[in-house]
Amino acid sequence: MAAVPLEVSDLRTTLFTRRGEMKAVDGLSLSVGAGETVALVGESGCGKSLSALSIMRLLPDPPARIVGGAVKLNGRDIVPLSEESMLDIRGKEIGMIFQDPMSALNPVATIEKQIAEVVMAHTGLGRFQARARAHELLEQVGIPDAARRLDAYPHQLSGGMCQRVVIAMAIACSPSVLIADEPTTALDVTVQAQVLTLLKRLQAEAGMAMIFITHDLGVVAETADRVVVMYAGRKVEEAAVDDLFEAPLHPYTAGLIGATPVPGAVRAERLADIPGMVPPLNALPPGCAFAPRCPRAMDRCRTERPALTEPRPGRRVACFAAEKGPT
Amino acid sequence: MASTSGSSRRNAALRLLKRRLLQAIPLMLGVVVINFVLIHLAPGSFLELMTAENQVSDPATVELLRKTYGLDDPVWLQLVKYIWALMHLDFGFSYRQNMPVLDAIWVGLPATLLLMISSITLAFVIGVAAGVVASAKVRTVWDTAVSVAAMFFFAAPSFWLGIMMIVLFAVKLGWLPVSGMETIGGGGGVLDILHHLILPTLALGLFYAATYARVMRSSMLEVAQLDFVRTARAKGLSRRRVTLSHVLRNALLPVVTILGVQMGTILAGSVVIESVFSWPGVGSLLFDSVSSRNYPVVLGIMVLGSLVVIAANIAVDLIYMWLDPRIEIR
Repeated sequence: MAAVPLEVSDLRTTLFTRRGEMKAVDGLSLSVGAGETVALVGESGCGKSLSALSIMRLLPDPPARIVGGAVKLNGRDIVPLSEESMLDIRGKEIGMIFQDPMSALNPVATIEKQIAEVVMAHTGLGRFQARARAHELLEQVGIPDAARRLDAYPHQLSGGMCQRVVIAMAIACSPSVLIADEPTTALDVTVQAQVLTLLKRLQAEAGMAMIFITHDLGVVAETADRVVVMYAGRKVEEAAVDDLFEAPLHPYTAGLIGATPVPGAVRAERLADIPGMVPPLNALPPGCAFAPRCPRAMDRCRTERPALTEPRPGRRVACFAAEKGPT
Repeated sequence: MASTSGSSRRNAALRLLKRRLLQAIPLMLGVVVINFVLIHLAPGSFLELMTAENQVSDPATVELLRKTYGLDDPVWLQLVKYIWALMHLDFGFSYRQNMPVLDAIWVGLPATLLLMISSITLAFVIGVAAGVVASAKVRTVWDTAVSVAAMFFFAAPSFWLGIMMIVLFAVKLGWLPVSGMETIGGGGGVLDILHHLILPTLALGLFYAATYARVMRSSMLEVAQLDFVRTARAKGLSRRRVTLSHVLRNALLPVVTILGVQMGTILAGSVVIESVFSWPGVGSLLFDSVSSRNYPVVLGIMVLGSLVVIAANIAVDLIYMWLDPRIEIR
């Protein structure tokens, strides 16, 4: 059997700052199979993006550094690899899509240059062939009038078009893993749907493993096969997407779902919110990081950190209350 | 429209050129009026110096000279006559050189343009390179070295720097000529001129190199934080490739902006440097003419200097437009 495209185990990334060390990603494990989409969900600052950058080995160093764990890409651990070797992996074996497409593109370079660059870096094609390939890619991501757009600059395209260009760059070398870091957050709702559809189509065509980072549970329901919920740098729950929405085990997950508007539902009451804020990483409570905000917190939660348990195969949760019964 | 993107940018550049040239007309008029009025507000006239130097005391002769140079007209009429003459490219007559002002300036212009262009080029190349190195090796000994050097050349007055370099490289070490543009007697030749050009170029250019290095360093660091740099790294490009092909061009924008603003001060700086190095350019001529109250020449240099600065600024605008496709005509 072929190796799993992406298998992250016990990944730990620490920020070394003047105010102390902060465990931004603390023992994250997840695996993504070919053609599978795993959503990484959580509030801002919970370590989603840093997890993605850790996998890409693109952390801003200083202050961030991977201090432990493994990231296996098609069976090979890339954490110990040199920067030099990583150049052959980024853009070729792992593609990445970013949040704000307008700022993710170089404003003073043409679309062609930016796509051709990644093609030439990894395939050895010449400029002329790379241009042809860029044209092909633009058509593949559904940009109308692709020949004309090649010579355009990013500011001449809409946000949705720019995101398609970023996607074209990410899939240019047919990577086995695609990381999408909030790819639709900065876009209009109608454009969001188009981009999601495009991503799903491209993934199905190439059988890519996809990590989809978002805080939008509506998007999760549409795109993901499995969901990993993160809180303060740790995985607190993992489940197949239907199970998660049907019966969230962790109170935090339940809170997130409760805070999501349901389309069509006439609501008499206000949307439930989660009181309080994500604690700063350098001042995490000794027990469960969510305890101060948790409606089901018990004394034990405040002193002892719940370990990840697996009540059913493929279903994981780190919560003492959940061990007693569902929310 | 694959090619129209290019041609529309060309059209935009032409529109910009046309606009800037039209704007230059009232600007030049203002320069002429202000300089003319300022010079006439200053006490004394070149007639006094001229008659004193030549020991002319006969009132009839003085009156004749006054008439010859049109100094008997009221100031506003002199101004109108001057502007009218300028429009016919007549800059007046210089009694000291005994030739038309334009000819006198024309003699020194190539030397000054050469000095200006070589200084700007030096400042730009050294400044940008130093800024890139400092930002790539930020918070290392390289960065500190660039900072210290930039601070030094930023703080050192150019005339002092010029004199110190003459003392060190010309007098003590004897590597480079003390002054002038060509070796007296057996001079001539491009190499000889370049040899003479080195010290004045350094004296004038290093101040600007220091400015550009500092701006370039912070600009590079700022651009390196932007999202598209991370995108480029995610494509598998090396840090070096990303710096050179993505960060550099974006980071150049502020440097090019201050380059345009500083054109005028570079011209002014060349007056001092030309005097220090006896560089036979317009700066030396201006210095001479101010001391001898040779107003027609002073005015002529002001007017032509403004033209050079305006032309340089138009060039900078066009370069800016080429560097940043987002710039549309304003």
